[in-house]
Amino acid sequence: MPADDERWLDAEAGPVVRPYALTQGRTRHTGASFDLVATVMATRARVADPSSMAPEHMNVLQLARAPTTVADIASDVDLPLGVVRIILADLRELGLVAISTPVTPATRIDTHTLREVLNGLRGL
Amino acid sequence: MDYGAYDQAGGQPSSPPPPRAIKILLAGGFGVGKTTLVGAVSEIKPLRTEELLSEGSVRTDSTQGVEAKTTTTVAMDFGRISLRSDLVLYLFGTPGQQRFWFMWDELAIGALGAVVLADTRRLADSFPAIDYFERREIPFIVALNVFDGARRYAIEDVRTALDLEPGLPMVLCDARSRESAKEVLIALVEHVLATASQESVSGIA
Repeated sequence: MPADDERWLDAEAGPVVRPYALTQGRTRHTGASFDLVATVMATRARVADPSSMAPEHMNVLQLARAPTTVADIASDVDLPLGVVRIILADLRELGLVAISTPVTPATRIDTHTLREVLNGLRGL
Repeated sequence: MDYGAYDQAGGQPSSPPPPRAIKILLAGGFGVGKTTLVGAVSEIKPLRTEELLSEGSVRTDSTQGVEAKTTTTVAMDFGRISLRSDLVLYLFGTPGQQRFWFMWDELAIGALGAVVLADTRRLADSFPAIDYFERREIPFIVALNVFDGARRYAIEDVRTALDLEPGLPMVLCDARSRESAKEVLIALVEHVLATASQESVSGIA
Protein backbone atom coordinates (compact mmCIF):
# COMPACT_ATOMS: atom_id res chain seq x y z
CA MET A 1 0.00 0.00 0.00
CA PRO A 2 1.64 3.25 -1.04
CA ALA A 3 1.68 6.27 1.21
CA ASP A 4 -1.09 8.76 0.49
CA ASP A 5 1.22 11.28 -1.11
CA GLU A 6 2.64 8.73 -3.54
CA ARG A 7 -0.70 7.84 -5.07
CA TRP A 8 -0.47 10.74 -7.44
CA LEU A 9 2.88 10.04 -8.93
CA ASP A 10 1.81 7.84 -11.78
CA ALA A 11 0.59 8.49 -15.28
CA GLU A 12 -2.84 7.15 -14.44
CA ALA A 13 -3.44 10.14 -12.21
CA GLY A 14 -3.80 12.41 -15.25
CA PRO A 15 -7.56 12.94 -15.35
CA VAL A 16 -7.80 13.95 -11.71
CA VAL A 17 -5.10 16.59 -11.75
CA ARG A 18 -7.34 19.43 -12.80
CA PRO A 19 -10.08 19.24 -10.16
CA TYR A 20 -7.72 18.16 -7.42
CA ALA A 21 -5.39 21.06 -8.21
CA LEU A 22 -7.97 23.10 -6.31
CA THR A 23 -7.17 21.05 -3.26
CA GLN A 24 -3.40 21.24 -3.69
CA GLY A 25 -3.43 17.60 -4.64
CA ARG A 26 -5.03 16.42 -1.43
CA THR A 27 -7.42 13.54 -1.82
CA ARG A 28 -8.38 13.13 1.80
CA HIS A 29 -10.03 15.78 3.88
CA THR A 30 -9.09 16.68 7.41
CA GLY A 31 -11.16 16.11 10.53
CA ALA A 32 -14.20 13.93 11.09
CA SER A 33 -15.76 12.40 8.00
CA PHE A 34 -19.19 13.43 6.84
CA ASP A 35 -21.99 11.87 4.92
CA LEU A 36 -23.25 12.75 1.45
CA VAL A 37 -26.45 14.09 2.94
CA ALA A 38 -24.84 15.72 5.98
CA THR A 39 -26.24 19.19 6.54
CA VAL A 40 -23.88 22.01 5.70
CA MET A 41 -24.49 25.49 7.02
CA ALA A 42 -22.34 28.60 6.96
CA THR A 43 -21.54 29.95 10.39
CA ARG A 44 -21.77 33.65 10.99
CA ALA A 45 -17.99 33.91 11.19
CA ARG A 46 -16.47 36.48 8.88
CA VAL A 47 -13.92 35.53 6.27
CA ALA A 48 -10.72 37.08 7.60
CA ASP A 49 -9.09 37.56 4.22
CA PRO A 50 -11.40 36.92 1.27
CA SER A 51 -8.58 37.47 -1.23
CA SER A 52 -6.75 34.45 0.18
CA MET A 53 -9.65 32.13 -0.59
CA ALA A 54 -10.00 30.28 -3.87
CA PRO A 55 -13.12 31.19 -5.85
CA GLU A 56 -14.36 27.62 -5.44
CA HIS A 57 -14.13 27.93 -1.66
CA MET A 58 -16.06 31.21 -1.76
CA ASN A 59 -18.60 29.61 -4.08
CA VAL A 60 -19.19 26.69 -1.75
CA LEU A 61 -19.43 29.03 1.22
CA GLN A 62 -22.01 31.10 -0.65
CA LEU A 63 -24.15 28.02 -1.30
CA ALA A 64 -24.07 27.10 2.38
CA ARG A 65 -25.71 30.38 3.45
CA ALA A 66 -28.95 28.42 3.62
CA PRO A 67 -28.77 24.89 5.03
CA THR A 68 -27.91 22.41 2.30
CA THR A 69 -26.19 19.05 1.91
CA VAL A 70 -22.79 17.88 0.70
CA ALA A 71 -24.37 16.23 -2.36
CA ASP A 72 -26.41 19.33 -3.25
CA ILE A 73 -23.31 21.51 -3.10
CA ALA A 74 -21.26 19.10 -5.24
CA SER A 75 -24.03 19.07 -7.81
CA ASP A 76 -24.45 22.85 -7.80
CA VAL A 77 -20.75 23.68 -8.16
CA ASP A 78 -20.26 20.79 -10.60
CA LEU A 79 -17.14 19.48 -8.95
CA PRO A 80 -16.50 15.86 -8.00
CA LEU A 81 -17.65 14.89 -4.54
CA GLY A 82 -14.13 14.19 -3.35
CA VAL A 83 -13.04 17.72 -4.17
CA VAL A 84 -16.08 19.28 -2.54
CA ARG A 85 -15.47 17.28 0.62
CA ILE A 86 -11.95 18.69 0.88
CA ILE A 87 -13.15 22.25 0.28
CA LEU A 88 -15.82 21.79 2.96
CA ALA A 89 -13.31 20.39 5.42
CA ASP A 90 -11.08 23.43 4.77
CA LEU A 91 -14.00 25.75 5.44
CA ARG A 92 -14.86 23.81 8.57
CA GLU A 93 -11.28 24.14 9.81
CA LEU A 94 -11.54 27.90 9.31
CA GLY A 95 -14.75 27.88 11.33
CA LEU A 96 -16.78 29.09 8.36
CA VAL A 97 -19.15 26.16 8.01
CA ALA A 98 -20.72 23.65 10.36
CA ILE A 99 -21.29 20.12 9.06
CA SER A 100 -23.59 17.76 10.86
CA THR A 101 -24.35 14.16 10.09
CA PRO A 102 -27.71 13.15 11.46
CA VAL A 103 -27.15 9.44 11.05
CA THR A 104 -24.57 7.02 12.36
CA PRO A 105 -23.84 3.66 10.77
CA ALA A 106 -25.51 1.77 13.59
CA THR A 107 -28.79 3.65 13.66
CA ARG A 108 -31.67 2.65 11.49
CA ILE A 109 -34.25 5.24 10.60
CA ASP A 110 -36.99 5.18 13.23
CA THR A 111 -40.47 3.96 12.35
CA HIS A 112 -41.99 7.39 12.95
CA THR A 113 -39.78 8.91 10.25
CA LEU A 114 -40.46 5.94 7.96
CA ARG A 115 -44.19 6.58 8.23
CA GLU A 116 -43.64 10.25 7.46
CA VAL A 117 -41.66 9.30 4.35
CA LEU A 118 -44.40 6.88 3.32
CA ASN A 119 -47.11 9.51 3.71
CA GLY A 120 -44.99 12.02 1.87
CA LEU A 121 -44.49 9.66 -1.07
CA ARG A 122 -48.18 8.79 -1.22
CA GLY A 123 -49.00 12.47 -1.32
CA LEU A 124 -46.72 13.23 -4.25
CA MET B 1 -32.22 40.74 34.31
CA ASP B 2 -31.83 41.84 30.75
CA TYR B 3 -32.38 38.68 28.74
CA GLY B 4 -32.79 40.69 25.56
CA ALA B 5 -29.18 41.77 25.61
CA TYR B 6 -28.07 38.20 26.38
CA ASP B 7 -30.02 36.86 23.44
CA GLN B 8 -28.50 39.38 21.12
CA ALA B 9 -25.01 38.50 22.18
CA GLY B 10 -25.24 34.74 22.31
CA GLY B 11 -28.36 33.74 20.42
CA GLN B 12 -28.38 32.22 16.98
CA PRO B 13 -30.34 33.87 14.24
CA SER B 14 -33.78 32.33 14.21
CA SER B 15 -33.86 30.13 11.12
CA PRO B 16 -35.90 26.97 10.68
CA PRO B 17 -34.02 23.76 11.47
CA PRO B 18 -32.47 22.13 8.37
CA PRO B 19 -34.69 19.49 6.78
CA ARG B 20 -34.05 15.85 7.58
CA ALA B 21 -32.33 14.14 4.68
CA ILE B 22 -33.23 10.54 3.89
CA LYS B 23 -31.15 8.47 1.48
CA ILE B 24 -32.42 5.75 -0.83
CA LEU B 25 -30.06 3.77 -3.03
CA LEU B 26 -30.86 2.61 -6.51
CA ALA B 27 -28.61 -0.09 -7.90
CA GLY B 28 -28.58 -2.01 -11.12
CA GLY B 29 -26.59 -2.72 -14.24
CA PHE B 30 -25.86 -0.22 -16.99
CA GLY B 31 -28.85 0.62 -19.14
CA VAL B 32 -31.40 -0.90 -16.78
CA GLY B 33 -33.26 2.37 -16.35
CA LYS B 34 -31.82 3.92 -13.16
CA THR B 35 -31.52 7.39 -14.66
CA THR B 36 -35.00 7.11 -16.14
CA LEU B 37 -36.53 6.07 -12.83
CA VAL B 38 -34.81 8.83 -10.84
CA GLY B 39 -35.86 11.36 -13.49
CA ALA B 40 -39.45 10.13 -13.46
CA VAL B 41 -39.98 10.78 -9.78
CA SER B 42 -37.62 13.63 -8.93
CA GLU B 43 -35.69 16.55 -10.20
CA ILE B 44 -32.47 15.01 -11.45
CA LYS B 45 -29.21 16.77 -10.72
CA PRO B 46 -25.72 16.06 -12.03
CA LEU B 47 -23.33 14.57 -9.53
CA ARG B 48 -19.84 13.35 -10.21
CA THR B 49 -17.49 11.46 -8.07
CA GLU B 50 -13.88 11.18 -9.05
CA GLU B 51 -12.14 8.77 -6.79
CA LEU B 52 -9.01 6.76 -6.66
CA LEU B 53 -9.76 3.09 -6.69
CA SER B 54 -8.02 1.66 -3.71
CA GLU B 55 -5.85 -1.35 -4.33
CA GLY B 56 -8.43 -3.37 -2.49
CA SER B 57 -11.14 -2.45 -4.96
CA VAL B 58 -8.87 -3.07 -7.90
CA ARG B 59 -8.09 -6.56 -6.74
CA THR B 60 -11.75 -7.55 -6.72
CA ASP B 61 -12.31 -5.80 -10.02
CA SER B 62 -12.72 -8.22 -12.86
CA THR B 63 -12.00 -5.59 -15.52
CA GLN B 64 -8.94 -6.59 -17.47
CA GLY B 65 -6.10 -4.14 -17.90
CA VAL B 66 -6.82 -2.04 -14.84
CA GLU B 67 -3.53 -1.07 -13.29
CA ALA B 68 -2.83 -1.26 -9.60
CA LYS B 69 -3.24 2.46 -9.16
CA THR B 70 -5.96 4.08 -11.14
CA THR B 71 -8.70 6.64 -11.05
CA THR B 72 -12.27 6.50 -12.05
CA THR B 73 -14.82 9.13 -12.90
CA VAL B 74 -18.32 8.07 -12.17
CA ALA B 75 -21.52 9.95 -12.79
CA MET B 76 -24.13 9.16 -10.22
CA ASP B 77 -27.84 9.53 -10.71
CA PHE B 78 -28.85 11.99 -8.07
CA GLY B 79 -32.42 12.99 -7.39
CA ARG B 80 -34.00 15.13 -4.73
CA ILE B 81 -37.64 14.92 -3.65
CA SER B 82 -38.99 17.42 -1.15
CA LEU B 83 -41.64 15.46 0.71
CA ARG B 84 -42.28 18.28 3.14
CA SER B 85 -40.49 21.45 4.05
CA ASP B 86 -38.68 19.51 6.78
CA LEU B 87 -38.21 16.17 5.05
CA VAL B 88 -36.23 15.58 1.87
CA LEU B 89 -35.63 12.29 0.09
CA TYR B 90 -32.37 11.82 -1.81
CA LEU B 91 -32.03 9.15 -4.46
CA PHE B 92 -28.59 7.94 -5.43
CA GLY B 93 -28.26 5.65 -8.41
CA THR B 94 -24.99 3.83 -8.78
CA PRO B 95 -23.80 1.24 -11.25
CA GLY B 96 -24.23 -2.31 -10.08
CA GLN B 97 -20.79 -3.65 -10.87
CA GLN B 98 -18.51 -4.69 -8.05
CA ARG B 99 -15.97 -2.07 -9.02
CA PHE B 100 -18.33 0.61 -7.75
CA TRP B 101 -18.78 -0.90 -4.32
CA PHE B 102 -16.46 1.72 -2.88
CA MET B 103 -19.26 4.21 -3.59
CA TRP B 104 -21.96 2.03 -2.16
CA ASP B 105 -20.12 1.58 1.09
CA GLU B 106 -20.54 5.22 1.93
CA LEU B 107 -23.94 5.59 0.35
CA ALA B 108 -25.30 2.72 2.38
CA ILE B 109 -24.44 4.23 5.74
CA GLY B 110 -27.63 5.50 7.29
CA ALA B 111 -29.65 4.82 4.15
CA LEU B 112 -33.32 3.95 4.46
CA GLY B 113 -32.83 1.09 2.06
CA ALA B 114 -32.17 0.18 -1.54
CA VAL B 115 -33.94 -0.68 -4.75
CA VAL B 116 -32.30 -3.14 -7.12
CA LEU B 117 -33.57 -2.35 -10.58
CA ALA B 118 -33.51 -5.44 -12.76
CA ASP B 119 -34.15 -6.21 -16.41
CA THR B 120 -35.35 -9.70 -17.41
CA ARG B 121 -33.06 -9.62 -20.44
CA ARG B 122 -30.01 -9.26 -18.22
CA LEU B 123 -30.97 -10.65 -14.85
CA ALA B 124 -27.40 -11.61 -13.99
CA ASP B 125 -26.48 -7.90 -13.92
CA SER B 126 -28.45 -7.55 -10.70
CA PHE B 127 -26.72 -10.41 -8.86
CA PRO B 128 -23.85 -8.31 -7.45
CA ALA B 129 -26.25 -5.71 -6.06
CA ILE B 130 -28.49 -8.33 -4.46
CA ASP B 131 -25.46 -10.06 -2.93
CA TYR B 132 -24.15 -6.76 -1.65
CA PHE B 133 -27.34 -5.73 0.16
CA GLU B 134 -27.99 -9.22 1.51
CA ARG B 135 -24.51 -9.50 2.96
CA ARG B 136 -24.65 -6.10 4.62
CA GLU B 137 -28.23 -6.60 5.79
CA ILE B 138 -29.38 -3.43 4.07
CA PRO B 139 -33.12 -3.64 3.47
CA PHE B 140 -33.94 -3.72 -0.22
CA ILE B 141 -36.54 -4.69 -2.77
CA VAL B 142 -36.22 -5.74 -6.40
CA ALA B 143 -38.00 -3.70 -9.04
CA LEU B 144 -38.32 -5.37 -12.41
CA ASN B 145 -38.30 -2.78 -15.16
CA VAL B 146 -40.66 -4.06 -17.80
CA PHE B 147 -39.30 -2.92 -21.14
CA ASP B 148 -41.38 -2.76 -24.28
CA GLY B 149 -40.78 -5.82 -26.36
CA ALA B 150 -39.09 -7.75 -23.60
CA ARG B 151 -40.48 -11.20 -23.01
CA ARG B 152 -42.83 -11.27 -20.05
CA TYR B 153 -41.86 -13.84 -17.48
CA ALA B 154 -43.93 -15.09 -14.62
CA ILE B 155 -42.87 -13.15 -11.56
CA GLU B 156 -42.24 -16.41 -9.70
CA ASP B 157 -39.80 -17.55 -12.39
CA VAL B 158 -37.84 -14.34 -12.01
CA ARG B 159 -37.83 -14.71 -8.23
CA THR B 160 -36.42 -18.19 -8.62
CA ALA B 161 -33.82 -17.03 -11.12
CA LEU B 162 -32.69 -14.32 -8.72
CA ASP B 163 -32.81 -16.72 -5.76
CA LEU B 164 -34.65 -14.17 -3.64
CA GLU B 165 -35.55 -14.77 0.00
CA PRO B 166 -39.25 -15.67 0.36
CA GLY B 167 -40.20 -12.45 2.18
CA LEU B 168 -38.38 -10.13 -0.17
CA PRO B 169 -40.72 -7.98 -2.23
CA MET B 170 -40.39 -7.86 -5.98
CA VAL B 171 -42.43 -5.35 -7.93
CA LEU B 172 -42.94 -4.74 -11.62
CA CYS B 173 -42.41 -1.21 -12.79
CA ASP B 174 -42.18 1.07 -15.75
CA ALA B 175 -39.23 3.29 -14.94
CA ARG B 176 -40.54 6.00 -17.28
CA SER B 177 -43.74 6.48 -15.33
CA ARG B 178 -43.83 8.81 -12.37
CA GLU B 179 -46.66 6.83 -10.73
CA SER B 180 -44.79 3.58 -11.21
CA ALA B 181 -41.53 4.99 -9.85
CA LYS B 182 -43.45 6.33 -6.86
CA GLU B 183 -44.96 2.88 -6.24
CA VAL B 184 -41.47 1.37 -6.24
CA LEU B 185 -40.32 3.77 -3.53
CA ILE B 186 -43.52 3.19 -1.55
CA ALA B 187 -42.99 -0.59 -1.77
CA LEU B 188 -39.48 -0.14 -0.39
CA VAL B 189 -40.57 2.02 2.55
CA GLU B 190 -43.41 -0.41 3.32
CA HIS B 191 -40.93 -3.29 3.31
CA VAL B 192 -38.53 -1.43 5.61
CA LEU B 193 -41.43 -0.60 7.96
CA ALA B 194 -42.62 -4.21 7.99
CA THR B 195 -39.09 -5.44 8.70
CA ALA B 196 -38.66 -2.87 11.48
CA SER B 197 -41.91 -3.90 13.20
CA GLN B 198 -41.00 -7.59 12.91
CA GLU B 199 -37.67 -6.86 14.56
CA SER B 200 -39.30 -4.94 17.41
CA VAL B 201 -41.84 -7.78 17.94
CA SER B 202 -39.14 -10.44 18.06
CA GLY B 203 -37.16 -8.16 20.36
CA ILE B 204 -40.01 -8.16 22.88
CA ALA B 205 -40.54 -11.93 22.61
